[in-house]
Amino acid sequence: MNFRLFGAAILALATLVFNPAWAQEVPSADRTATGGAQTLEDILARQKQMEIDESFRSENLGNPANAQPITGPLGTLGGRSDADIWRAIRYDKIDPTTQAKGPAVDVLIQDGGVEWYKLREGPVITYGGSAIIAIIVLLAIFYFVRGKVKIEGGRSGVTIERFKAMERFGHWLISGSFIALALTGLITLMGRSFLMPVMGTGAFSVLADGSKWLHDNIAWAFMLGLLLTCVMWLKHNIPNKLDWQWLKAGGGIVTNTHPSARKFNAGQKIVFWTVMILGFSVSLSGLSLLFPFQMPLFAETFSFINGILGTDLPTTLTPQEEMQYANIWHASVAFLMMVAIIAHIYIGTIGMEGAFEAMGKGQVDIEWARQHHDLWVEEIEAKQSKGESS
Amino acid sequence: MKVMVSAFVAALLIAFVAPVILNQFEWSSAELTSSEYVRLD
Repeated sequence: MNFRLFGAAILALATLVFNPAWAQEVPSADRTATGGAQTLEDILARQKQMEIDESFRSENLGNPANAQPITGPLGTLGGRSDADIWRAIRYDKIDPTTQAKGPAVDVLIQDGGVEWYKLREGPVITYGGSAIIAIIVLLAIFYFVRGKVKIEGGRSGVTIERFKAMERFGHWLISGSFIALALTGLITLMGRSFLMPVMGTGAFSVLADGSKWLHDNIAWAFMLGLLLTCVMWLKHNIPNKLDWQWLKAGGGIVTNTHPSARKFNAGQKIVFWTVMILGFSVSLSGLSLLFPFQMPLFAETFSFINGILGTDLPTTLTPQEEMQYANIWHASVAFLMMVAIIAHIYIGTIGMEGAFEAMGKGQVDIEWARQHHDLWVEEIEAKQSKGESS
Repeated sequence: MKVMVSAFVAALLIAFVAPVILNQFEWSSAELTSSEYVRLD
């Protein structure tokens, strides 16, 4: 019996301990200061475990009719949710106001970077690098099969001026800067994949920084050389019927014949126009990369191509996309140029006896000149005899 | 060969002089991407 009374007393005490506010009601609160939301008094009352009428918030679910208009300060989003807005940002379909000032800052998200990076690290490096290795291997095979193109009958010992000092200066200005650009470009493009694992990050960082500086600045020498050689040699490189004869004879390299040519044969004209066209293109895309976002080229180019070919290339590009296209184009054209120039270097050095002297000293053996540029020699000799007779 | 060497030297000279000249015209690419150019205000 005593145990029952004792148990009942404990239960009554515990009830009082855990439910002190049973008998207390919170007086109705004035919530006008918070616009109907809970007040400090509500919070304190809850802490005191007093009974609170929660209907002031459980039934306060908002009334769209009371919302600010879309155009008003802190207005609602209208029919657009947060997800809609994030999608608009994701696809660059908004016109934001940004605190950061500068080019391309109003594109908040541009997802083309992943595709650009994959293209740059994948096909551009793979195909570009393979093309360079392939041309070197092909030329090595050609050299071992064909051998050096010799001067038939040997050297005469008499020389003729092939290129003036200014012509050679222009040639070496463009070629020296091109070799520097090619090497530093390859380091910039491929160094991270191939050199950094071997050299380590510290040494590669110095090399990459130096390469970027040289690449950015020696580009001006390349463009000047391009302009100089274009002005000096353009008139000699206009295609004519003679070039077709030269090409049909394979330049005489395979058939051991000597098709007629003036100052430049068809092979040299191909090199000239390759350098001019690709050099101009690589210079333009290079300038676009040198001055980020200042020289967008591709939207207008795509629009022009669409107008001619009826293609559907994108004509609305973000500033970042312009840079990505410029970068891929710059690398691709540069690889094409490298392949052409490696072949040019081969035939101008180890591939043909007496050829390097034309650019090295400016003087070539008269027999070499007669075999490869017979009509040019005739023109020079005619001028000389005319000068002597007058 | 003197012409070849002088052209190579000229290319390097142009590389050193180009950024100085470009800076005079505020055409430097380094300037365009600097924090001073792209700033908060």
